[in-house]
Amino acid sequence: MEKNNYKGWLYLLPAVLFLGVFLVYPLIDVFIYSIEEGYNTASGTSFGVGLYNFHYILQDPHFLQALKNTFLLVLVTVPLSTGIALLISLGLSAVKKLRSLFQTVFFLPYVTNTLAVGLVFMLLFRQTPYSPGLFNTLLGLFGIAPVDFITGPYWAKMFTLCFYTVWVVMPFKILVLTGALASVKQDYYNAARIDGTGKLRIFTKITLPMISPSVFYLIITGFIGAFKAYSDAVAIFGTDLNAAGMNTLVGYVYDMLYGNAGGYPSYASAAAVVLFAIVLTITVINLLVSRKHVHYN
Amino acid sequence: MKITLKNLSKIFPPQTKKGSPVHAVDKVSLEIPDGKLLGLLGPSGCGKSTMLNLLCGLLTPTEGEILFDEDNVTALAPQHRGVGMVFQNYALYPHLTVLQNILFPLENLKGKEKLTRAQMLSRAREAAGLVQIQELLDRKPAQLSGGQQQRVAIARALVKLPRVLLLDEPLSNLDARLRLQTREEIKRIQKATGITTVFVTHDQEEAMSICDEIVVMDKGQIQQMGHPQKIYDDPANLFVAKFLGTPPIHVFSGNIADKTLYLDNAPILPVNLPDGEVTVAIRPEGFLPDETGALQCQFQGLEVMGRDTAILCTHPACAAPIRAIVESGIACDTARFSIKQGKIFFFDTNGNRLYLGD
Repeated sequence: MEKNNYKGWLYLLPAVLFLGVFLVYPLIDVFIYSIEEGYNTASGTSFGVGLYNFHYILQDPHFLQALKNTFLLVLVTVPLSTGIALLISLGLSAVKKLRSLFQTVFFLPYVTNTLAVGLVFMLLFRQTPYSPGLFNTLLGLFGIAPVDFITGPYWAKMFTLCFYTVWVVMPFKILVLTGALASVKQDYYNAARIDGTGKLRIFTKITLPMISPSVFYLIITGFIGAFKAYSDAVAIFGTDLNAAGMNTLVGYVYDMLYGNAGGYPSYASAAAVVLFAIVLTITVINLLVSRKHVHYN
Repeated sequence: MKITLKNLSKIFPPQTKKGSPVHAVDKVSLEIPDGKLLGLLGPSGCGKSTMLNLLCGLLTPTEGEILFDEDNVTALAPQHRGVGMVFQNYALYPHLTVLQNILFPLENLKGKEKLTRAQMLSRAREAAGLVQIQELLDRKPAQLSGGQQQRVAIARALVKLPRVLLLDEPLSNLDARLRLQTREEIKRIQKATGITTVFVTHDQEEAMSICDEIVVMDKGQIQQMGHPQKIYDDPANLFVAKFLGTPPIHVFSGNIADKTLYLDNAPILPVNLPDGEVTVAIRPEGFLPDETGALQCQFQGLEVMGRDTAILCTHPACAAPIRAIVESGIACDTARFSIKQGKIFFFDTNGNRLYLGD
């Protein structure tokens, strides 16, 4: 056993090497950059070590806007998409006929290209001099005045982004939840029926606890995914997100590195560290809450 | 609670386009006396589980009626029938403690039947006491052994004081020792509560050991109903004769000529039956070693199993090897037998019992 130990490490070596070079090293580097003030990529020098980078970004209105946008996006889309996905999955497991057709339809967004979908959303929501856009036309039927959902007021743009995000993450959630629902044994429902359990009580006392690990998984990955949102915003609002006021945290990091404002790796790193701290906090809170409400068998 | 089934049928639609409908239960009429433990016995696919699901209301019959005493419950939903059911895999809610599991049916009660928390707890404790699991109330099902889970499931079924208790293969998930213990336990609980109980099993030993009455089913129809020993001693047809008893009954193909039974052209014993082909079945304990016996078999070996000794032998008229159970201590290397009265049965070629004329 002892003798063969090196063999185990040998087998792990490729993975360890890759993870070390491309994951662990950059991670540590980001922390170092974030406290090096005025780091210059070309010369590889900095003025010194301190917290100025954090001080700077916390006063940068673009960063604060990105922070606000990201939090709004997370708080709106995660509960909403998980809830709707649960409703749809319950519906799917209740129907017998055409189930596979519905499953296919609900799964389609998952295999569709993000940018293509973004273009379609632009067509749906954008107002042009020639047409109010499909969504506005629909609103017009209810007598609501048209709004520009792409370049108009902030709430309208936020609505578009949230709508899009919910729509994009839905198929994966439905897939996971339909699987979870199918794995609840029929016997539990039969037992509950014989005991005269009401539908709502069956759902809250049996179904939900039984699928709680899947729901919890979706909430955690949903939070993390929403905090990392960027490409969705680009697909809808274009690359200059700061100008559109629709930047996200990841977008801010990217812009600081390469964007119009480009070339500030220190600020980018500081923003990345802030994002990391937020995601870590939320995940820990999630884990603590889940101890009480998630039942692994 | 007396249960009466009248002409009860359940037909499942064909699974595929070319398939034919399945008659899971086929025109069954049956009366289960009040306060008895009835065993529904049959091979898998014989319709016994369907019968149970019809009784509890999870399935609705295609035709026929179910009466509990004088109430027609055929169209009633499960929760209005007053039945308690124990599922094969117990179906205990894994995220609830034992106590919460037992309380679950009580918390469903509405309107007039609604209980206060204190009443619920006292009822749950009473049910837990009946199955002797008072110390386990705070545990989760996963922390219990199979036998304990079984008891919790019974307590959950009993806590709402059902009129009828239904058990679906309750012992099949337990190991051999526990199975023996638990079946006594079920008998004891049934006696203590006096509740009419229907018990589904494919294990004839299980059914025979604890049931007041058994119903042997095959292909959706009742083959025979009665006291276990009576059915064993007097099977109505070849299926019942073959299904009951371990080791199984031995089946010979024979001939009757001039009121004498011939097996492989050798005269065995005089019988009062018309001439022709017959199927003869002899219980393993019906073979009596006898130097001058009429049944001559080819000796294969001896099998000593504690209390019993079995003589293994073959006979040309019997397709399977013969295992004759004899008293131990008999040193025997010949395989000649005479046949014990009442342990031999005659059937026609369709498997219907032929009774000896006087």
